[in-house]
Amino acid sequence: MNVTINGEPATVEPGRTIAAVVPNVGVFCAIGVCHGCLVTVNDVPDVRACQRVLREGDEVITR
Amino acid sequence: MTIVVVGAGPAGVNAAVTAARAGKDVLLIDSAARIGGQYHRQSFRAKEIRVAHERVRHLPDTTVWAIEDNRLHLTGSRVVTAEKLILATGAYDRTLPFPGWDLPGVYTAGAAQAMAKGQGIALGRNVIVAGTGPFLLPVASSLLDVGAKVRVFEANSPSHRWLREPTALFAGRRKLLELTRYAKVARHYRERTAVIAAHGDDRVREVTVAELDDNWNPLRQKRIAVDAVCVGYGFVPQLELAIAAGCRLSDGFVAVDEQQRTSVPWIFAAGEITGVGGADLAADEGVIAGAAAAGVQLGLTVDRRFADALTRVYAVKDGWKSWLTDDTIICRCERVTRHRLQEATGRGATATRAVKLASRAGLGPCQGRICGATVADLLDLDPTTFARRPIATPIPLGDLAANPVEEQ
Repeated sequence: MNVTINGEPATVEPGRTIAAVVPNVGVFCAIGVCHGCLVTVNDVPDVRACQRVLREGDEVITR
Repeated sequence: MTIVVVGAGPAGVNAAVTAARAGKDVLLIDSAARIGGQYHRQSFRAKEIRVAHERVRHLPDTTVWAIEDNRLHLTGSRVVTAEKLILATGAYDRTLPFPGWDLPGVYTAGAAQAMAKGQGIALGRNVIVAGTGPFLLPVASSLLDVGAKVRVFEANSPSHRWLREPTALFAGRRKLLELTRYAKVARHYRERTAVIAAHGDDRVREVTVAELDDNWNPLRQKRIAVDAVCVGYGFVPQLELAIAAGCRLSDGFVAVDEQQRTSVPWIFAAGEITGVGGADLAADEGVIAGAAAAGVQLGLTVDRRFADALTRVYAVKDGWKSWLTDDTIICRCERVTRHRLQEATGRGATATRAVKLASRAGLGPCQGRICGATVADLLDLDPTTFARRPIATPIPLGDLAANPVEEQ
């Protein structure tokens, strides 16, 4: 599956969360509680990287 | 009109299936992609386990953000009308602050568990799991399974303390047997020990580990090199929906009777929001709640003796407050230090709302979920006051403004 992370193309296994493939994204609780890992996905801001499973073509921008 | 269950962990799934077996249509709403909750988290590589009952409809990736009468507002601009509501919203890790806990590489114990079980990823190669409670053992076990080197520091001394709980030990004998599954953790496990500081520039490189006295005041200390620390000091129940619906609380949890009924006639609660007791107890409570919501009396009662003893054996002791310094971060979101929190109270802020506004603790994206229990403990406030949130989870403004679509 192909996505882009901060503009760089990446190939990821289906079922991966953003937190699993992007290092240093601010994960603390990894279960959607702490909101430490907020990223922008396809221009939607404040998406929790630990909860969001990547989909084909996703464009992820970290802070 | 259906029975709506919020939360698809052990309590919620059992509630949903039981109500369905009693002939009711059930909508099972959960914020994750797959059922299981935190305890039965499914690996993304495994074939998905689903609820196998035609009367249960599972609504994944969905959060209930408000309750108005018997209408629930869902993320994605949807509403659903519930005939009966079963809340099984669970709990998340309580963390205690210490100098350096805001460094990258410090996580909750639940984070290590979620990343290991759900994604097959170890949060570090050389990991310390610190805190209190039996949950530290499965966390360490999961980390070992994904190839990490692990040490576990339990702040209490349960191996002695349990001897003073013979009745509870008997009630929980099956649970204790289950803990023998984690025997491989035993040689990496120490009691009366805690991580009281984390050190590093860009991320955690070392921690200060201290032997503790009975009240958790540090005794002998030493530094240990690590690349991750996972901390868990028990659990905080996710009470916002129950509070918003007007359910009465008792001792920090949702008050329920022996049928899992809350003080609000059409609302039931099961699992960790009614008292932390683990997955088996949650499942039992779910069965009773599901039956009761469907109008069936099973004549069963749950045995809470073991769960009640857990709170005594693994109690958080006040000595942790001596681990803090003036510039230790208390609220991670707004980077509020202990000093700033004390300044706010010095200016006369005493109630939760005033403390939040004066210090900004609890006003960031997590809305006090992480720091609430800490602030409450430091300032002698009721921790449940931090779960009063008119909107239970942060949602896009578009969801608030949109004309919602009726679900089913």
